[in-house]
Amino acid sequence: MEITDKLVAYVAELAHLKLGDEQKAQAASDLSRMIGYVDKLAQLDTEGVEPMSHAFPVTNVFREDEVRESMDRGLILKNAPASKEGCFLVPKTVE
Amino acid sequence: MATYEMVIGLEVHVELATRTKIFCGCTTRFGGAPNTHTCPICTGMPGTLPVVNRRVVEYAIAAGLATNCEITRFNKFDRKNYFYPDLPKAYQVSQLYLPICRNGHVDIRTAAGEKSVGIHEIHMEEDAGKLMHDPWIDQTMVDYNRCGVPLLEIVSEPDMRSAEEVIAYLTKLRQTLQYLGVSDCKMQEGSLRADVNLSVRPVGQEAFGTRTEMKNLNSFKAIARAIEGEFRRQVELIEDGGRVLQQTRRWDDNKGTSFAMRSKENAQDYRYFPEPDLPPIEISQAWIDAVRARQPELAEAKVERYQREFGLPAYDAGILTEEKPMADLFEQAAAACGKPKEVSNWIMGETMAMMKEKQVLPENLALAPEALGRIVALVAEGRLSRQSAREVFAYAFDGGEDVDGYVKEHGLEMVSDDSAYEAILADVLARCQKDVEAYRAGNQKVFGFLVGQAMKALKGKADPRKINEMLRKALEE
Amino acid sequence: MEIFDLSALELGARIQSREIGVAEAARACLDRIAAVDKTVNAFITVTEREAMAQAEAVQRRIDSGELTHPLAGVPMAVKDLISTKGVPTTCASRMLENYVPVFDATVVGKLNAIGAVCLGKTNMDEFAMGSSTESSYFGVTRNPWDETRVPGGSSGGSAAAVAAREVFYALGSDTGGSIRQPASFCGVTGIKPTYGAVSRYGLLAYASSLDQIGPLTVDAADAAAVTRAIMGRDLYDSTSVDVPLPDMPQGDSLTGLRVGIPEDYFGEGLGEDVRARVLEMGRTLEALGAELVPVKMPMLDYAIPAYYVLACAEASSNLSRYDGVKYGFRPEKFEDLHDLYITARSEGFGAEVKRRIMLGAFALSSGYYDAYYNKALRVKALIKRAFDACFEQADVLLTPAAPTTAYKLGAHTDDPIQMYLGDIYTVSVNMAGLPGMVVPCGFDGDGLPVGAQLIGRAFGEQTLFAAAHAYQLHTDAHKRHPHFGKEG
Repeated sequence: MEITDKLVAYVAELAHLKLGDEQKAQAASDLSRMIGYVDKLAQLDTEGVEPMSHAFPVTNVFREDEVRESMDRGLILKNAPASKEGCFLVPKTVE
Repeated sequence: MATYEMVIGLEVHVELATRTKIFCGCTTRFGGAPNTHTCPICTGMPGTLPVVNRRVVEYAIAAGLATNCEITRFNKFDRKNYFYPDLPKAYQVSQLYLPICRNGHVDIRTAAGEKSVGIHEIHMEEDAGKLMHDPWIDQTMVDYNRCGVPLLEIVSEPDMRSAEEVIAYLTKLRQTLQYLGVSDCKMQEGSLRADVNLSVRPVGQEAFGTRTEMKNLNSFKAIARAIEGEFRRQVELIEDGGRVLQQTRRWDDNKGTSFAMRSKENAQDYRYFPEPDLPPIEISQAWIDAVRARQPELAEAKVERYQREFGLPAYDAGILTEEKPMADLFEQAAAACGKPKEVSNWIMGETMAMMKEKQVLPENLALAPEALGRIVALVAEGRLSRQSAREVFAYAFDGGEDVDGYVKEHGLEMVSDDSAYEAILADVLARCQKDVEAYRAGNQKVFGFLVGQAMKALKGKADPRKINEMLRKALEE
Repeated sequence: MEIFDLSALELGARIQSREIGVAEAARACLDRIAAVDKTVNAFITVTEREAMAQAEAVQRRIDSGELTHPLAGVPMAVKDLISTKGVPTTCASRMLENYVPVFDATVVGKLNAIGAVCLGKTNMDEFAMGSSTESSYFGVTRNPWDETRVPGGSSGGSAAAVAAREVFYALGSDTGGSIRQPASFCGVTGIKPTYGAVSRYGLLAYASSLDQIGPLTVDAADAAAVTRAIMGRDLYDSTSVDVPLPDMPQGDSLTGLRVGIPEDYFGEGLGEDVRARVLEMGRTLEALGAELVPVKMPMLDYAIPAYYVLACAEASSNLSRYDGVKYGFRPEKFEDLHDLYITARSEGFGAEVKRRIMLGAFALSSGYYDAYYNKALRVKALIKRAFDACFEQADVLLTPAAPTTAYKLGAHTDDPIQMYLGDIYTVSVNMAGLPGMVVPCGFDGDGLPVGAQLIGRAFGEQTLFAAAHAYQLHTDAHKRHPHFGKEG
């Protein structure tokens, strides 16, 4: 399939990546090759084959509804690049 | 001008009343300092994995059975991918392809008659965190305490045609979920949230119009207002030759209008795919039967039983069971004192009046059933006058539990000693000589005045019947 | 005999018998790291202080009789995408350069409990995306057999560290061959256990449905011992399974074992030396009593495209959490929330990671999901079926681990597809969730190690260990290791 600039921009937005002009061209070329390669799948007849998301027959794995102590907040925030008053801090979200 | 009708479907999110979150052992308790009900799992730290809380599945089955749904035997979770700071993994674990309940209905009654509102599906998912804007630094603070609290999303068919039907549906749904104990459905704490999908079409037209989705609806009243407002907006738009755009709108209840949310939030490509970290869930008939066997008595059954067992009028039984906390209060207070009719009267009368006056919602009612039962018992035993009982009730309404202690401390118990009555009556008769003469001359009207004087002297702690009896006897001597 | 000629179990036995002290072993390894790692660059982080303290503590527990595990006190290393509390876990990415987990991965907890002495965190391809350890933010790892060549990847640091005897075993992870291919390139033994055999809790996910943690070791007995130590159902991993531990391998009789030789694995593109060594191994197994049976694995050509669709799709979702908010890289300048996200991710991730998450986002996007993602899931089902058919005729399959031996640094860095093709023999094992083990089976004309892959039934690790162990009792490729400095 043809990889348009629009598609590259769309996929970059989905992946939340910023591409400069040069990177856009590179991404288009990479995507084009990769998608061209995986397009090989279309040659295989999979009529009547159910998609298999889990390769092994395990079902019904549960946890009982029992409270476990939460983690110390200092540890939860330990790796946060920015925090304030026990909260993670981000640029303002627009409503 | 054509006549339009509105077509409404609802997406209702309810937070489940489990003790722990859907995928980790953190508490679901409301409140708490920011990020104190969190762990590496619900804050999406790298390398963490989800494990499903069994009770979430059981509550979902219970909700499905109570809304006449088919229970999906083979369930999977899916990931819904999008970036937002309240979603620490940048995906929400939800169910798209195989929701746990499908094809149900909720039956409602409005002025327009009875109606069945279809349930398209119910699925399980996790709640997001909370964002708070800090105006001092103009940034947003993120609290993940609510993150991972289990939710059911209940999606109706577009079967409703008026705000009244919507409210009836929501009332019924909330009532059912509360009775099941699967959610406390507190709108002000966000444990019940409804998004309204609304479109309009000329009456008689079969095809649906373009719908909008309205969010940020914080009360039933706001929902009703938003529906009317959005209906008018869409009709006016069409009448002016415009076109309704499919979009998400945010209702501002103070301004009474809605605003389109940013288009970025409208056009989403969520890239759902099966959650690889969670094996499928298979629900056997035996499991469904076990949940069904444990289903508590729902409102309809209670209405019927209250009439049969306690001899309550149908109307009263209906009012008492409208909200589960009130039905619980009734049953427990009645059990405590053995006087269901009197308890019913106290709830329908004093209790509801005071709730209205003080704007207390049923789920926040502090009145202890034992306290109410005790008041009813004391009145029945003739140890508390109606008037004093109301004073004790005010104490109990605010959460006071020691009724006997309160009565004693405030000296409210009725005077039962005959000599005390006699002394008071003698005093009244002596003070009110003129009235006594008037009565004896045949003026029956002053009798009431004299009773009142005696009651006043006894500070309401007297049994009016006894005063009546003794006063008449004294006057006729 | 010097310490570096021992296997992990042999060293463990000498530690138990007090011939060698735990601190002595750790010190020897740390000295070796100091001597060779400037060249090899197998480590991102060496935790010398913590390791020596751990060694003292383990020695005390051994002396008190509390610790009797055969691996107690043996120095080891952990791939840098397995969470270690208090020790940076970078995924070889700028994104996580300063990330320090606040909890241990389940496997790390299990190894601590048996007295493992961890010397540090090993290099890898960024977020395990690669087959050469060249995409690491912290520089390439060099193959100890030839420093102009790659060690394979993505667990290249773990494989090189064991090959260079900087440690006696190391944990790796394998999503499409990331333990087996570097084991092959570096001449060490490695196993990717059955999906679900080992807990993934604390493993920074690349593709959740394919990832599995496993050991890289000196020989098959070590691999069995480490696998036994880390296996088992974990309440924190819903996909982990409760199965009996495999027995330790014993003896050299393979009578009754049917070894399947899938002819599709020996076709075009396979290096001559590799083909010859692997088929020689087959004959050795035959000599030990095994029966060789030809089998068909017709799906091979579709395995790589299906694998890349599935792995990249899951990766695009798994790596979305790295957004500069909760942990990891945050740029100094950004305009608003969206700009923070895209700047953090664009500057924090390397080229290969970006390539893969873009392909993944595409494969899941509206309009393409069925043609790519769902199609790949159907192919996965067919691959599983094809393996099931093989295992009706055979108990294990013997295949090459990779088409070639270790290639030169930079040989494939400009050509992702060429790099992907190197995974042809390994990816389908992950898609079917099966165990795959690589054992050294000789050397090519350049003196570079060749690895053979044994594929087993789900939870058939014991059979793999038995076959590999029997083979190693009669061969010595696994005993050879490159020599450095004064030994070289």
